[in-house]
Amino acid sequence: MSADQIYISTDKPPAEPAALVDDFAPSLITQANHHLCPGCGEPIAIRAAVEAIEELALADRAIAVFGIGCYTAFAPNLDVEVVQALHGRAPSVATGIKRMLPDGFVMTVQGDGDMVNEGLQEVLHAAARGENITCLLLNNGVFGETGGQMTTTTTLGQRTKTSIEGRDPHQHGHPILLSDLIATLDGAAYVARCAVNNAGNVARTKRYITRAYESQMAGGGFSLVEILTMCPTGWFVDTLEGPDYLQDTLAPVHNIGELKTP
Amino acid sequence: MSDRALLEGSEAVARAALAAGCRFFAGYPMTPFTELLEHMAALLPEVDGVCMNAESELEAVGMAWGAATTGHLAATGSTGQGLSLMQESLSEITNARLPLVVFNMARGQGDYFQATRGGGHGDYRHIVLAPMDVPEAVELTRLAFELANQWRTPVMVLGDYYLAHTYQAVSAPSISGPAPEVPDWALNGSSGGSGSAKVISPLGSGVEGEEGFDMGAHYAACAAHIQEMSAGVEPLVDIGFCDDADLVVAAYGSVGKFVRYACLRLRDAGHRVGYVRPITLWPFPSEKVQEAVSGSARVAVYEQNMGQMVDDVRLATLGAVPVEFIGGPSWDHSGFGIGPDITVPDISKRILKAMP
Repeated sequence: MSADQIYISTDKPPAEPAALVDDFAPSLITQANHHLCPGCGEPIAIRAAVEAIEELALADRAIAVFGIGCYTAFAPNLDVEVVQALHGRAPSVATGIKRMLPDGFVMTVQGDGDMVNEGLQEVLHAAARGENITCLLLNNGVFGETGGQMTTTTTLGQRTKTSIEGRDPHQHGHPILLSDLIATLDGAAYVARCAVNNAGNVARTKRYITRAYESQMAGGGFSLVEILTMCPTGWFVDTLEGPDYLQDTLAPVHNIGELKTP
Repeated sequence: MSDRALLEGSEAVARAALAAGCRFFAGYPMTPFTELLEHMAALLPEVDGVCMNAESELEAVGMAWGAATTGHLAATGSTGQGLSLMQESLSEITNARLPLVVFNMARGQGDYFQATRGGGHGDYRHIVLAPMDVPEAVELTRLAFELANQWRTPVMVLGDYYLAHTYQAVSAPSISGPAPEVPDWALNGSSGGSGSAKVISPLGSGVEGEEGFDMGAHYAACAAHIQEMSAGVEPLVDIGFCDDADLVVAAYGSVGKFVRYACLRLRDAGHRVGYVRPITLWPFPSEKVQEAVSGSARVAVYEQNMGQMVDDVRLATLGAVPVEFIGGPSWDHSGFGIGPDITVPDISKRILKAMP
């Protein structure tokens, strides 16, 4: 950013009003203000998820089932039909919806605590059944909403409030690499992992989400997109260090790329 | 349109559910609930419905929750242990204002509190109906779906091993009846992109111009709704011989049918005994119970547990009449609450011992 771009004259009124968050929010987000922390990756992931709905013209048949985490703040503020589920339970709720509305588009939005800790059984069985739904996993490797405790996706050596000296496999066990696990199941049609820590990865995230949605609409079976997201607050790093921390801590273990395609 | 047939309780209940418009069922096998799941799996495809053999009770109730959001009548069920697993969802489904019927084929009567106190976290109640036999279960199943739809709330049908497994002659409901129309609040995706997409949530809904849920207002509305149900759902009770009774015996469910018969026999023998059998366990028919026992010297409560409904009877009578507990936990080694304690001679002996 050059100096004249950020120069603000106080001598005269601005030539145009300041851009507000609503001005560049996707149309399917009705309330773009949010109280998530600076540097959080979840709003970027939500943005990619709803933009893909709009671009594939699915808005009038989509139902999103939300789990419980910071991202839940968006549940009542989308212009997409939403069912709010419990922590861990979104895949079974999505199953009930999809079975009654087989022509609809049904997705879940869950974090790593929600999907991989509390709800592991649900997502595994939904995938094994080949349930024709799309699950989005926002994986930041910690419980963000409760303030940075270890989840099962926390990487070895990663410091959290419940693994103060770093995650030790002898004490805390090993991380579960959910996408790798799901990709082994016959019912899973599309499985991919991406991140939102730089522009290239954000574009990739949007691409993968779009492919997952297309897979569902083609009746392909279960699809999962795991999105690595920044949580500088839960990681106890400076806001601007979030993207690099993700690259150095989560990405080397939870490898980015498409794991299974139709 | 119905024909008289000898049906297992589970099948009669399944047929009554479909006749009432149920189009989705999810469950996990567990004695004595299992046969209901089996009959649903066999019958629902006949009406283009869906039955899911879920991976756990947690998922069964989740699937039913999802199906309920589409406005089609949905049901799930289990026995008390499985219901324990479902409670987190049942609490939230109540606050999400969704109709759902829950069939609880309990083991004995130890789960009265679980059934009638909400059972899960949070500040809620839901409607509980306790049939005494198969024909009554058919009628109460129809009522359960009607009340669930009317009040947009979970309704529990509380049965047991006897109800689920006894064959009885009933007017078998035709399963091909029409399902109710899908209500306006239901989701199908179509309100997306309209500027005000629907949201179904136990946490409330969004407020225009603000972020997040309106939880305070929502919980207040839920509390008001439970008050309305408490006052608006007609309390049902079966009362007999209370006018001149020295002792009134209270009991519910299958056990209530044994107690009723014991009272009948004791009447024949000249004992002034009456009975009350609450059918709606929530809302508890307090006023009707109070009225029925007002002329008696004592009330005895027979339950196959350590004494749970006895609390509700005491609350209903407010100390006007002494209330004594004459039941006890089942002696059954199988744990399913089937005899040998539930016999008319044993129950009669306990009743006579409690006579004033």
